[in-house]
Amino acid sequence: MARAGLAGRVITMADEQGAEARTVEQLLGSTLESVDSAEETVLREAQELGFDEDDLHKIGMSVRECMVNAVVHGNRYNARKKVRLTVSRAADRLIVVIADEGEGFDFNALPDPLANENLLRHSGRGLLLIQAFMDEFQIRAREPKGTEVKMVKYMAKSS
Amino acid sequence: MSVKLTTRQVGDVTVIDAVGRITLGEGASTFRDTIRSLASNGHKKMLLNLAEVSYIDSSGIGEMVSGFTTVANQGGTVKLLNLTKRVKDLLQITKLYTVFEVFEDEAAAVRSFA
Repeated sequence: MARAGLAGRVITMADEQGAEARTVEQLLGSTLESVDSAEETVLREAQELGFDEDDLHKIGMSVRECMVNAVVHGNRYNARKKVRLTVSRAADRLIVVIADEGEGFDFNALPDPLANENLLRHSGRGLLLIQAFMDEFQIRAREPKGTEVKMVKYMAKSS
Repeated sequence: MSVKLTTRQVGDVTVIDAVGRITLGEGASTFRDTIRSLASNGHKKMLLNLAEVSYIDSSGIGEMVSGFTTVANQGGTVKLLNLTKRVKDLLQITKLYTVFEVFEDEAAAVRSFA
């Protein structure tokens, strides 16, 4: 079953084990309001999946950090560029994919925020926090341009 | 809700009681403006009470670090008081426990500036 609406698209289907999997897709503008909107959407899905309050905080914060990167550093608030949010939930996990249309960057060239010489830098800790709070984290360049981040949080690994 | 900051003097120590969220946007800029204003008015001993701060993001952490360096560059110090578990975790993840002095008792924190 698929439903389309102003807020985006919701696709619900059964996986091989018969468990219901659900995916929500949204195309968001490059504004800070989109950061709040993405957090609300993801937390609604995570809550329905049954994550506890502590994990909801970690998931929400990871989504905010990732959305800020996409809107501010990726799309640079460009009104013509969008951020695509995809939230999928299966029985044991929540998968969030956030993709921007920016110029991209070399993930390996970023300064290490934990190096002593970088501890007093103003910025550069967002990806560190996402990696600490989520169970899986992948970042890749999109074609023709942009950056896509995939984050996974497992129910079973909830602390 | 963003952050609300109230200052009070305990001897020569300026205690800043923060309530709310220190995040990108209004929360982080309110925090930055308050610390800079206190520093430029000659306040050198600052104790930031975070007991009522429920949420700090990487921008908020950035403002805390910038506030720390702004005050340090003027010969002062910022110390932290009453961290929630979530804020403690953030300082551990970012290794900022090695930068900030952290207290759980206000009287002990005030005495430490002497």
